[in-house]
Amino acid sequence: MKIVVAIKQVPVRDSQLRVESDGRWIQEGDLNFEINEPDAYALEEALQLKEKHGGEVVAICAGPSRAQQTIREALAKGADRALHIEADDLNTLDTLGVAKLLAGALKEEKPDLILTGLQSDDLGYGQTGVVLAELMGIAHATIIMQVEADGGSIRVKRELEDGWFQHITMPLPAVLTIQSGINKLRYATLMGIKKAKSKEIKAIDVASLGGSPAAVASIDKIYIPQRTKQAQIFEGDVKVAAAKLVEKLKFEVRVI
Amino acid sequence: MSILVVMENRGSAWNRMSWETLAAGQQIGAELGVPVMAAVVGKGIGPLAAELATKKLDKVYAVEHDLLAEYTADGFTSAVEQLVKASGATHVFFPHTYQVRDFAPKLATRFGQMLVSDVIAIRLEGGKPTFVRLLFQGKLNGDVRVSGDGPYFASMQAGAFRADGLESGTAPVEAFTPTLDAAAIRQKPDAPFRESARAVDLTAAEIIVSVGRGIKEKENIPIVAALAEALGAELAASRPICDNGWLPMERQVGSSGQTVSPKVYMAVGISGAIQHLVGMKGAKTIVAINKDANAPIFEVADYGIVGDLFEVVPALIEEVKKAKAS
Repeated sequence: MKIVVAIKQVPVRDSQLRVESDGRWIQEGDLNFEINEPDAYALEEALQLKEKHGGEVVAICAGPSRAQQTIREALAKGADRALHIEADDLNTLDTLGVAKLLAGALKEEKPDLILTGLQSDDLGYGQTGVVLAELMGIAHATIIMQVEADGGSIRVKRELEDGWFQHITMPLPAVLTIQSGINKLRYATLMGIKKAKSKEIKAIDVASLGGSPAAVASIDKIYIPQRTKQAQIFEGDVKVAAAKLVEKLKFEVRVI
Repeated sequence: MSILVVMENRGSAWNRMSWETLAAGQQIGAELGVPVMAAVVGKGIGPLAAELATKKLDKVYAVEHDLLAEYTADGFTSAVEQLVKASGATHVFFPHTYQVRDFAPKLATRFGQMLVSDVIAIRLEGGKPTFVRLLFQGKLNGDVRVSGDGPYFASMQAGAFRADGLESGTAPVEAFTPTLDAAAIRQKPDAPFRESARAVDLTAAEIIVSVGRGIKEKENIPIVAALAEALGAELAASRPICDNGWLPMERQVGSSGQTVSPKVYMAVGISGAIQHLVGMKGAKTIVAINKDANAPIFEVADYGIVGDLFEVVPALIEEVKKAKAS
């Protein structure tokens, strides 16, 4: 089975974000980046499927040159090779644009299965996989917690809201968006890291895919949300703060 | 210009977020002075359409077909695509549910558009809506403007609009039968199920102490469990904690877990991503303990301590014990 995993590089969690002076994006200069967490689970699922059924795992990532590091990490964990769409203007593209680039780059690959995380931790539109499936004319299912492949079809467990689930059977090829927690993430081994150095990363120029598609949804402005509710913050010495909070819980909220 | 709200139901029950989205549609429609329509999609939906017709709307579509009895991405995309074309709607609103996330992006792609998902507010500028949505797990907001020929698609986050502001009226119901081909529906769904009976009913708890990523390691969970015990509270968690298997899934609060509204909800080391907030923002009093003063959890909190939970929690336990003893 040939499996493609679409991964994205995003700022590490807990990054202190500052808005760029033009108000349209964040200052990226002093940030560190990592694989988008749900994409890490998608990669792990692909690796486990390959271990079970054989085949190949190809990672694909659109992003600037710094994304190479995230791609290398995917190779170190066990992806066989990678495609890197060299895009410096990712934050001005919309999901449709990114999905068009991915679909263009995957035209020759003809994978049986495409996996990606259910959403990105930065933009969080949560739809790249679904749009990609539509552009490629193949079936999809979202928020997947289990994948069983069986010849030409797959059976997946889809998460619904409020603790409900549902099994769905679909023909291959298909796109699945993977939910965090579907599996247990592996670490790259030293051997894996060594091997990754000789694995192929094919650079794909955006121009060769017809250039950056014009956005139909663009972010005009980003900003720190205005607080609608003013939390009463207890500051200073930890003991004093804790005592003040407990006093509130006892005398105003009356739960102690 | 006209607005179409696509409602969501499972069987004969509405998804309550649909009403909030309908309120958004009415509100924007009234401000712009444009027609507002609503649709219910499925099989045997007559009673739901009749209920919808008691709201102030220009038209209600009852989109009915045997192949819509169960939700499938292919079936619903095709049905709603035909409806959008027939209705002539320029703006199509959905509740931001898991089902909508599954098919609305596909639908928008068919129109060369994209779904502006997870919208928390709509601002009108020059007669055109600008959609406000969360970015970076709720740390920042973004104003999104749509362009192209439309129609435009947006999904509304839970709680962004108030359903109690819905206006009543009398709307005509129009039956709409899409042309669907069973062979073109690739997803074959089984019946939805629940994993097991819930051993832990967080919804009944008066006090909940909930733990998030800030706890760092499984070995540290007892620190927060001790606080829960001191307060006589149920212990809960945000999704990543349950994903890691540090606490069972049944203790998860959020869109994929339980929705709770206790007297006090104490969030310890939880940053407050929207998926978590929708599960707990109905709590009467929210207390947040987090080292990051800019964490979104402080947006909804009534009381907060900005600090290292490994120092704050033991101090709290001590103070709670003192308060209980006195």
